[in-house]
Amino acid sequence: MTLTEMQGYAFFFLTVFLVVILYGYILHLYRSEKKGERDYEKYGKMALDDELHDRPVEANPKVTNEKKES
Amino acid sequence: MQSSAALEYDYSVAKLYMWTAVIFGIVGMTIGVLIASQLAFPELNYLFGEYGTFSRLRPLHTNVVIYGFTVSGIFATFYYSAQRVLKVSMGESKLLNGLGYLQFILYLIAATGMVISELMGITASKEYAQMEWPLDVLIVVIWVLWGVIMFGLIGMRREKALYISMWYYIACFLGVAMLYLFNNMEVPTIFFSGGVGAWYHSVSMYAGTNDALVQWWWGHNAVAFVFTVPIIAIIYYFLPKESGQAVYSYKLSLLSFWGLMFVYLWAGGHHLLWSTVPDWMQTMGSVFSVVLILPSWGSAINMLLTMKGEWNQLTENPLIKFMVLASTFYMLSTLEGPIQAVKSVNAIAHFTDWIPGHVHDGVLGWVAFMIFAALMHMATRAFKREIYSKSLLEAQFWIQTTGVVLYFTSMWIAGITQGMMWRAVDEYGNLMYSFIDTVSVLHPYYTIRAIGGLLYLIGMFMFAYNFLMTATAGRKLEQEPQFRSPMA
Ligand code: HEM
Repeated sequence: MTLTEMQGYAFFFLTVFLVVILYGYILHLYRSEKKGERDYEKYGKMALDDELHDRPVEANPKVTNEKKES
Repeated sequence: MQSSAALEYDYSVAKLYMWTAVIFGIVGMTIGVLIASQLAFPELNYLFGEYGTFSRLRPLHTNVVIYGFTVSGIFATFYYSAQRVLKVSMGESKLLNGLGYLQFILYLIAATGMVISELMGITASKEYAQMEWPLDVLIVVIWVLWGVIMFGLIGMRREKALYISMWYYIACFLGVAMLYLFNNMEVPTIFFSGGVGAWYHSVSMYAGTNDALVQWWWGHNAVAFVFTVPIIAIIYYFLPKESGQAVYSYKLSLLSFWGLMFVYLWAGGHHLLWSTVPDWMQTMGSVFSVVLILPSWGSAINMLLTMKGEWNQLTENPLIKFMVLASTFYMLSTLEGPIQAVKSVNAIAHFTDWIPGHVHDGVLGWVAFMIFAALMHMATRAFKREIYSKSLLEAQFWIQTTGVVLYFTSMWIAGITQGMMWRAVDEYGNLMYSFIDTVSVLHPYYTIRAIGGLLYLIGMFMFAYNFLMTATAGRKLEQEPQFRSPMA
């Protein structure tokens, strides 16, 4: 087998691997929403409620305490 | 630290980039119209001596519209929207704001250097990477500064999750960094030639087929990470914000993001079909290009569905018109591209005018329309003024849409005619046409393209005027509008 062919096979299996990961990701997204672990759709609000004083969709624990008093 | 009552978003750096976007838009598109006219009327090559020839101006056109207009638009929207979705003001960090100014000044120097050096004919002779090594080094500094600011803001954020636009900006940052470094691996000749030659000259570290491969790996990904990824970042923020509708499906936006990232990097091979690169690589280029339809349409359909139940806004708000048409053009060009990447179609399409036709339904219909809409939306907030004229925006929309349609339809016909004529043979297998036959047949289409381009340019001037008047003479707003940008 030449190097070029080996690269070809490597590429093919990498592709299959990436496809599996991608489908796994879809499953993961829907499953964690169904189980109630995560609500992805609420993140859409981040673009709408984006004033400095708007309440964050999910406050960053590292920063919020010291900076946000109001 | 300032108290949160006085704290506001700081748009000072964003505003600077908004102005450069407008200026480079005018310059780049004016050159575009000139070179389009030169292709139809070659006498126009001799207007300004060597500085006005097609060969000088074509790379100048591409570089000014890409690195001047589009990149300014990207930086402007980044400096504007990143603060907002992270809920942290640039004003909170003197350091980051200072670095922002520094980045802008270096950008201005690099962009000016780019225009002057390319006008003088100094070029590294690689498409979309014509700038010589001193400018390349400067660009790396600018890019690193952008990264520092981006991750600095992210480090200070009040919002824990990163909005989908931020993902796309990060991808733009990382993708371009990686591609740019590898493609621009070059040897400044002066250091190795014992002082012979110009100090700014360099040669690429790659040669032959490898050079072509690296070049189009970069070339196509410049389309991906400059014309697509950050423009999606823009639409994911500005369309929901302007319409007051949250993204239709946030999950779909995440999925399309990863899909795009996986697939795009491998599609560059489609620029080298029927060439000397290994056959499997060409096939992969084709296959990945076709697969690319899915994540591209995923984002575009997500945007169109965001308008669900709110289609009345399309008639009422010209900014929504621009953005909805932009995502439609995005769908058109991401369908057209994969078609061109099919080997048999490519055998006809390659080297023909269909390719610039495809490029421009993407850049004029999608990229520039998104940047126009975003600039106007930002102007109302950054200058705290109402948009100067709604009717001017409407008129611009229709004039430019007509311009784009004339541009790509004429190039479709021209390209396919050209491709068919080049390969036509008579019953004995002799070529039926010589090159000049195709040139004379294509003349009308080149003229139509130049007219289409001129319409688009007129629209650009209308926009620039409207923008200038908005910034200086629009009615003052007491309160920042929440969603829809107010216009007179
Ligand atoms: C008034 C508007 C414009 C006109 C009239 C115009 C015209 C042209 C012409 C005549 C060419 C050369 C085609 C050839 O060599 O056959 C070209 C190339 C190109 N233009 Fe434009 N242009 C315009 C706006 C833009 C904008 C806004 C962008 C990007 C944001 C852009 C990106 C490009 C690119 C990437 C190429 C190279 C295409 C290739 O190599 O196949 N153009 N343009």
